[in-house]
Amino acid sequence: MNKPAEPNSFRIGPDDEGMYGIFGGRFVAETLMPLILDLEKHWNEAKDDPAFRAELEHLGRHYTGRPSPLYFAERLTEHLGGAKIYFKREDLNHTGSHKINNCLGQILLAKRMGKTRIIAETGAGQHGVASATVAARFGLPCVVYMGATDVERQKPNVFRMHLLGAEVKPVSSGHGTLKDAMNEALRDWVTNVEDTYYLIGTAAGPHPYPELVRDLQSVIGTEAREQIQELEGRLPDAIVAAVGGGSNAIGLFHPFLDDRQVEIHGVEAGGHGLDGDEHCASMTAGRPGVLHGNRTYLLQNDDGQILDGHSVSAGLDYPGVGPEHSWLKDSGRVIYSPILDDEAIEAFQMTTRLEGIIPALESAHAIAHAIKLAPTMGRDQIMIVNFSGRGDKDVHTVGKMLGMEM
Amino acid sequence: MTTRIDRRFARLKEENRPALVTYFMGGDPDYETSLSIMKALPAAGSDVIELGMPFSDPMADGPAIQAAGLRALKGGQTLAKTLQMARDFREGDDDTPIVMMGYYNPIYIYGVDRFLSDAKEAGIDGLIIVDLPPEMDEELCVPAIKAGLNFIRLATPTTDEERLPTVLENTSGFVYYVSMTGVTGSALPDTNNVSEAVARIKEHTDLPICVGFGVKTARQAKAIGEAADGVVVGSAIVAAIAQCYDDNGKRIEDPAEAVATLVKGLADGVREARLVAAR
Repeated sequence: MNKPAEPNSFRIGPDDEGMYGIFGGRFVAETLMPLILDLEKHWNEAKDDPAFRAELEHLGRHYTGRPSPLYFAERLTEHLGGAKIYFKREDLNHTGSHKINNCLGQILLAKRMGKTRIIAETGAGQHGVASATVAARFGLPCVVYMGATDVERQKPNVFRMHLLGAEVKPVSSGHGTLKDAMNEALRDWVTNVEDTYYLIGTAAGPHPYPELVRDLQSVIGTEAREQIQELEGRLPDAIVAAVGGGSNAIGLFHPFLDDRQVEIHGVEAGGHGLDGDEHCASMTAGRPGVLHGNRTYLLQNDDGQILDGHSVSAGLDYPGVGPEHSWLKDSGRVIYSPILDDEAIEAFQMTTRLEGIIPALESAHAIAHAIKLAPTMGRDQIMIVNFSGRGDKDVHTVGKMLGMEM
Repeated sequence: MTTRIDRRFARLKEENRPALVTYFMGGDPDYETSLSIMKALPAAGSDVIELGMPFSDPMADGPAIQAAGLRALKGGQTLAKTLQMARDFREGDDDTPIVMMGYYNPIYIYGVDRFLSDAKEAGIDGLIIVDLPPEMDEELCVPAIKAGLNFIRLATPTTDEERLPTVLENTSGFVYYVSMTGVTGSALPDTNNVSEAVARIKEHTDLPICVGFGVKTARQAKAIGEAADGVVVGSAIVAAIAQCYDDNGKRIEDPAEAVATLVKGLADGVREARLVAAR
């Protein structure tokens, strides 16, 4: 693919049609078209409404616990002997991950639109839990679609959703992972167009979702950018985040996109390696295609059929990626690299032992990449890693992989 | 430009009866069986054939068509083979219109220009692409029209007065009115709502209006046929094919015969529609 001419700013997308270069768009059934146009209209009004912003900020501070700390991982830094590593502690948010940032914004939007029923898809269950949480907080019924495989490997989160009053519907089509959950959520939405709000969990799907989710998650990068300048008096040399659909990553990256001195790294799930089909590195090993309402990099075969992929991390187990990431890849602004299951597990253990913080397996992918990068950088250099979620939900999976008696 | 679709609807208008539009999934459960089903359709009373292109992630389809797509893919079906199926069918039938129906990604990967030229050459007359709304017309719709293919659009209960002109703008061949919100194969809606909706769309277009989503029996086909220019049946046909196989995938009945029997019944229903209306 030809590299597009470098834009004046990397922060201006998408255009009026929801396109980031050739990526993004509105590839949905006609039934949904009036709904996403309506959503776009309401979002444009809401985001410029001071009352909406004030309510969101209030909830962020008092309900989520924002701002999340920017924590200097001193022992990990010493151990690696290179760049200073900071963790942006999204794991300390209410519900345990960055997902709540998006859910609070979207539930306020749903209320504003007069919707009375919430549906969501979930992979690791973090977005399902966050959706069930805000639905409980605002008194709306909530249905969460979750792949049957993920229901099995993320049981604690399924139980949390039940406690919060949500209905969890296991989806057994395909491999029973995030992709299949998203298909089923879209089918629900096509059926219940009048009263239902689809609370998408990642910066993907038809326009305006990728932009909307990015804007709501950008609080991560905006805070981190201020915090690092306060702590170090300057911007970081590198920032790192894991990319499944890519919402925590775009949230960290977006405020830094025009700081050209900051190197930006997205980390994909390399699974068992990129040689076979057992990975989810859509940008490293896939090609552009159309799925779930947008054009983006996808894992697919020569006939345009979507592959299932694999990752030890349910949250990264998705064969596509948000369209803005595809655009950032082609424009060269962000470097995307894969991390294998084993490397993530190793980073999971190292972080737990050295820092006393158990990371989500998704975040462990970002940390694993930081572990590779830090020693190649000078001790006076600074790196921020998005610690997107806590790992309580994953102890079972990791324990099993390490052969522990559970 | 007139296509087989235009000529077929013109003839049906002279006969004063609605069309029976039949959908099946190309390659379900294998190429040869599926071709035999396709060949059986016109004689059984199908006026227009919708040839389904399987896709791994059919986000607007219900369980019956999802399963059919997976069976076809498991049987080795590809977009190239679905085109070949149309070519094979055309050897014995140059009249019955064929509309390919499915999702955009396999076409995008095949290459839009290459696909349009191969489809035209294979004897395809029109396209219904579920995930290409008017907002994405530059992708395939406009090139398809230039290539001489009809681009048939779906209108739904959520398509309001304000949006209808946008939806109809680049539509040709016929308009496919999806009679309810929901996935394919869901329950049939109130026929009164359907005739109101058809009347509403007719205020904006002279194109024939075909109605689908949920039609399973001859009686339903007749009821819809009284209000519309065509009745689309899909999930019921796909389900009839599935019922020809036991749980182990062993064939217990001839799918082409089963489909022919079902379609004959539906065709009788459709043909009665206008007789009733005329009375």
